[in-house]
Amino acid sequence: MKIKNQAVVLDNLDWKILQILQENAKQTYTEIGQLLGVAHSTIYDHIHKMEEHGVIKKYTAVVDLEKIGIKHVTAIMTVFTNPQESEKVAKRLSESKEVLEVSASLSENLSIIAKVVAENQNRLHLFIAQSVAPLPGVLRIRTSIITRKYKDERFSIEKWKMESKH
Amino acid sequence: MVANSSISRVLRKVPRENAFYFFTSIGNYTGENAASLEEFVRKIKEVDAKSLGFHLYRGDFEKWVAETLEDEELAEKIRSLKSLSPSGNSLRNQLYLIVSKQYEKLKGEFCS
Repeated sequence: MKIKNQAVVLDNLDWKILQILQENAKQTYTEIGQLLGVAHSTIYDHIHKMEEHGVIKKYTAVVDLEKIGIKHVTAIMTVFTNPQESEKVAKRLSESKEVLEVSASLSENLSIIAKVVAENQNRLHLFIAQSVAPLPGVLRIRTSIITRKYKDERFSIEKWKMESKH
Repeated sequence: MVANSSISRVLRKVPRENAFYFFTSIGNYTGENAASLEEFVRKIKEVDAKSLGFHLYRGDFEKWVAETLEDEELAEKIRSLKSLSPSGNSLRNQLYLIVSKQYEKLKGEFCS
């Protein structure tokens, strides 16, 4: 990995390590080294550099909430905002523990799209009514409650690298 | 006769975080809100009838009127409207009648 004009440039080994970690982040330096045919100390150096420069943000566990009996409601909330207040609304939403993701969109006027999670529909409504609607600059809100998930994948480096070659 | 201080409390404008926000269903905010009884009366005439039905049957109106505006008498009147199961424009008209009547009554008592 190199830093070129303040941008991070990954080498071939970095890309391969990231692909392996995306599949299973619990693999040891030795295991990754064996898979790629390099010393574990080399793997350590590459991973450490990528962590240091924020390429690898964190390692986390994907928990199946249903399996441990945690009932919850997930919704996609589109918040239409006054353009001058949009940034502030996005920041305030980002601070809420009920909000998992916040993005800006230009598709229809200026809007903030957020993924929200709550214990049940009533809690979800209370959060939106008491903590989102009163925010200065909020014009209206559209919320879709997710009833069934057909696919839930993270961005895959492997697929992206394959497609960018063609 | 209710004390002037109690009436002025019911008629006051509340901070935006305590205003009433009109939704048409769970999480769907219309962009309309009311920060006082006077505004509430006006908005009943303006908002989508679907929103009035959504809030009436969830008990949101009576809760806001009792807890934020602190008018238990009006809250009770709104509560009793639910038992008549009105909908659409009939709901709008009946709710408007109840709330506007109370607003005019309080305003009259406050001025006298």
